[in-house]
Amino acid sequence: MSNPQMVMYDEEFKQINAVIEKLLREANSKVIFLVDKNGQLISGVGDIEQFDTTSLASLTAGNIAATGGMAKLIGEKEFSILFHEGEKDNLHISIVGGRVILVVLFDNRSSLGLVRLRVKKASDELTTIFNRLLEKAEEKEKSGETDFPFAEITDDDIDNLFS
Amino acid sequence: MSFINYASREINCKIVYYGPGLCGKTTNLQFVYQKTAPDAKGKMISLATETERTLFFDFLPLALGEIRGFKTRFHLYTVPGQVFYDASRKLILKGVDGVVFVADSQEERMDANIESLENLRINLEEQGYDLDKIPYVVQYNKRDLPNVVSVEELRRELNPTDVPEFEACASTGEGVFETLKAVAKLILVDLKKGK
Repeated sequence: MSNPQMVMYDEEFKQINAVIEKLLREANSKVIFLVDKNGQLISGVGDIEQFDTTSLASLTAGNIAATGGMAKLIGEKEFSILFHEGEKDNLHISIVGGRVILVVLFDNRSSLGLVRLRVKKASDELTTIFNRLLEKAEEKEKSGETDFPFAEITDDDIDNLFS
Repeated sequence: MSFINYASREINCKIVYYGPGLCGKTTNLQFVYQKTAPDAKGKMISLATETERTLFFDFLPLALGEIRGFKTRFHLYTVPGQVFYDASRKLILKGVDGVVFVADSQEERMDANIESLENLRINLEEQGYDLDKIPYVVQYNKRDLPNVVSVEELRRELNPTDVPEFEACASTGEGVFETLKAVAKLILVDLKKGK
């Protein structure tokens, strides 16, 4: 398959949340969330209850995919940073480690310069964690370790979902 | 690919509705949206033109319930069916777990069906997927209209590999959930195999 299955474990999830919570404080932002390129929300911190993060995640991924398509048409690999400026709130969207999308929502209590600076630092930390996550998933697959919850599901389990 | 989150005990899968322009992909999603309990669905997003033709995609998140303590979520997407939106269609297929091909049963749309199915196969291959190997079902839509082609002929042209197929009338909802259930089931069975 074109890209391997995305798996998230407790340990890395905590580390990732620690990094984006720190970024939330240091960049003076309102909400931060991480999305995989397929549009699945990985995690979010800050004022997330105020927003429909599932829809935001899907649209962010669509946005990145569309601008990525534009980049290829003009001979660029990708546009790694997108910035959307609103009247009150702004979105800073960047690609982390080539596969995850980091979205920072901020208002006039912060600034684009500050957000860019802090995102850069956090991105490096996140890249390290995601690389480790990928290695871990590969190792587990190689060793044939199956803590996979779906290995033992029955047809009844599946049917029950639709009852 | 599906996203398994052990930390929040969630599993997310992506289903894409594909098919020629005006075959009823968006109508399928709209019906699912209308008939799903509010706590099991998110907002339906439609990126459409002023004349309600899909411009980029429709998106509907569904939470089906739990399997072995894992929340099972499906993200339903449609592609823009019109031929010239091919670049957008390719993007939406990224990371797909299962595909529904919605065919327009009307006689005059037969060529459009065949062209769209061919386009699906090619676009999937570009993303590294093989239509014959991924969870995939076919829906023959608009069965209520007078000028429809017989199911036998549709099958011959559009379903030579004999994947699960459903007759439907998406505007009244007939066959809509049967189609969705079938593809969701194929995806879960695939996950079970640990693919």
